[in-house]
Amino acid sequence: MSEKKKDELLHDHNRDGIDRRGFLKCMAWAGTGAFCVMKGGVLNSYSLSRISEIGTSDMTGELSFVQISDSHMGFNKPANPDVAGSLKVAVDKINALSRAPEFMLHTGDISHLSKPEEFDTVDQILKSATPKDVFYVPGEHDVLNDDGKQFLERYGKGSKGGGWYSFDKRGVHFIGLVNVMNLKAGGLGTLGHEQLEWMEDDVKHLKKSTPIVVFAHIPLWSVYPEWGWGTEDSAQALAYLKKFGSVTVLNGHIHQTMQKVEGNVTFHTAASTAFPQPQPGKADSPGPMKVPAEQLRSVLGITDVNYVQGQHALAVVDSSLA
Amino acid sequence: MGRCASIASLAAALVLGTLGFGTGQKSYVASAQEKASTMEVKIDNFSFGPVTLTVPVGTTVTWTNRDDIPHTVVSTDDPKTFKSKVLDTDEKFSFTFSKAGTYQYFCSIHPKMTGKVIVQ
Repeated sequence: MSEKKKDELLHDHNRDGIDRRGFLKCMAWAGTGAFCVMKGGVLNSYSLSRISEIGTSDMTGELSFVQISDSHMGFNKPANPDVAGSLKVAVDKINALSRAPEFMLHTGDISHLSKPEEFDTVDQILKSATPKDVFYVPGEHDVLNDDGKQFLERYGKGSKGGGWYSFDKRGVHFIGLVNVMNLKAGGLGTLGHEQLEWMEDDVKHLKKSTPIVVFAHIPLWSVYPEWGWGTEDSAQALAYLKKFGSVTVLNGHIHQTMQKVEGNVTFHTAASTAFPQPQPGKADSPGPMKVPAEQLRSVLGITDVNYVQGQHALAVVDSSLA
Repeated sequence: MGRCASIASLAAALVLGTLGFGTGQKSYVASAQEKASTMEVKIDNFSFGPVTLTVPVGTTVTWTNRDDIPHTVVSTDDPKTFKSKVLDTDEKFSFTFSKAGTYQYFCSIHPKMTGKVIVQ
């Protein structure tokens, strides 16, 4: 049997020069999540796509975990006909980490249409990940048709109200917020009065030196309100966190990495494990960026631009905040 | 869902027709049925088109989702006059407007998407 040439295509059904394996390989962005390490009370976040370039010392700290987002299980359109495959790529990358993360955060849109079998598939794939604990917050795609009942039954054990909760890991206080319920016409994501009151109470008795990590699906800062990429009442939530020296906010929803530092707060958004969305205002709508094979590489090139310079960290908080 | 709404409106018309039989109202119901028509709203690029639709009483409006992303069609009033299930690509939702008025609606998944049906 002749040996397969390195770049030979095995299954080129569409005759577009890209087979399934090549497709997944090209979609390096698709298997992405973020490796987060807490060091000196400050959170650093690294894209899993670039993790091989990160030194071991940078990956070592008091606590490390992984954020994945927007798996959209059930989506099957041209932007990515194999979202299960690309989620598996993300899990492979997590399992290949030299330092195993302690747990995972999934910042929502686990499913595409809130179907039980979509959640089942994600649960099954994530079972093969080294970190066994996964903490979820819902995306709007996870609470369709039933006001989040199914989501809460599956993932909301021990949570309050519409699914919000907090927990502590190695001195770091994590707060999972829900901002995809009861959305009002013309509006953005919403936390709501009940959740805000709970949050105020939740952080009241914490020491100022406690590092805080807040995670929610829709960004808690105004990325692009015209596309609904923001949360109406996030300012109130952030006001409760003013006294803390180190606050990190992790979001999904916009299917691209972005970051911003504002005072004591560092904001990150994670890439999707499923498909990319356009940069704010760079398209007619925030719909999936379709990646016809011949344009795939150029589209991915644009996505790459989003990474911040310097060791490819998504963002590094000023160490004086530690 | 759309089929259910259509069947419901057809059933209502039949009941009215039966009740009206012999009372002189049958012809009124029949003429209202003749005028009844169907109008389309397309969902493209995270927007409803047309954003504002003006129709006569009795019109059935059908929304079609032509995006790669699911949307809903939900009236903003409370209790809700109409509320679709989630519509995946190419799925439709129909509602028959039997009363005059202005009906604001939105996509409950992407609330920036809003539209209006004016029924005269």
